[in-house]
Amino acid sequence: MWKYANPANFLRLANALIPWLAVLTALLAAIGLYGAFITSPADYQQGQTVRIMYIHVPAAWLAMFCYATMAVSALGTLVWRHPLADAAQKAAAPLGAAFTFICLVTGSLWGKPMWGTWWVWDARLTSVLVLFLIYLGLIALWRTIEEPAKAAKAAAILTLVGAVNLPIIKFSVDWWNTLHQPASVIRIGGPAIHPSMLWPLLVMALAFTLLFVTLHLMATRNEILRRRLRRLTILAAHEEAPRASMAPAHGGA
Amino acid sequence: MDRHMPFILASYAICALVLAGVVVSTVLDHIRLKKALTRFPARDSDETGA
Repeated sequence: MWKYANPANFLRLANALIPWLAVLTALLAAIGLYGAFITSPADYQQGQTVRIMYIHVPAAWLAMFCYATMAVSALGTLVWRHPLADAAQKAAAPLGAAFTFICLVTGSLWGKPMWGTWWVWDARLTSVLVLFLIYLGLIALWRTIEEPAKAAKAAAILTLVGAVNLPIIKFSVDWWNTLHQPASVIRIGGPAIHPSMLWPLLVMALAFTLLFVTLHLMATRNEILRRRLRRLTILAAHEEAPRASMAPAHGGA
Repeated sequence: MDRHMPFILASYAICALVLAGVVVSTVLDHIRLKKALTRFPARDSDETGA
């Protein structure tokens, strides 16, 4: 495991895995979409709008899963000071923001025909909006602080503080009155969804997860290359500086 | 056609658009970085980006 925490080994592994993961993601997404639109029935209450569930729920799970991944990486940055942990954390933030955005927009598009409103300031919706704002804040933080080590530390601390939002999102439907329905898949007593709707949902969730893993590997690889480019640019500038100072002045007296 | 179809189609279209945007930007970023790195002479330890 630790062998792959070395950037060179990680890049070798990522280069080998990415094509296979991309193909597997596309295959699972095709099967999931077939189940979502062809084999699964319309809901007896919600009618056809239930089909939004097959992207809304996986996006919501991934929004939280991505943040949990970042929190673990933040521990890696603060406790072990591993450079790959910061690269992985930084690479995951835009992906998490994208999944959270999809969750919010599809939820809104599902809410309008079912609840009669695009948005309500209840606990579940608001806590997911807060998660989205945390993602944007973290992305802004990395872009604002130029020194990578300082940015990594600040982002790791903010990520760990923001992790308190995860249980709030999960249990908001139990702790407060909300328009949002309670958990119907991951719950004590088993899923409350009919198997004909459950399997496409789980396949889509797996496709979203594999998409996240693929994109995360690609983005972490980019982050490693970006740091290598930065290092080489600084080295080249240092090598150039003495030569420039030793060069004779032109056009002098 | 179901009267809620526009909501369903809009959901899937936005989801596809956002995810495609993330994939394309990640791939383009990789191409740009690889191109920028070719300016520097290859080093043994840098063969795989270490």
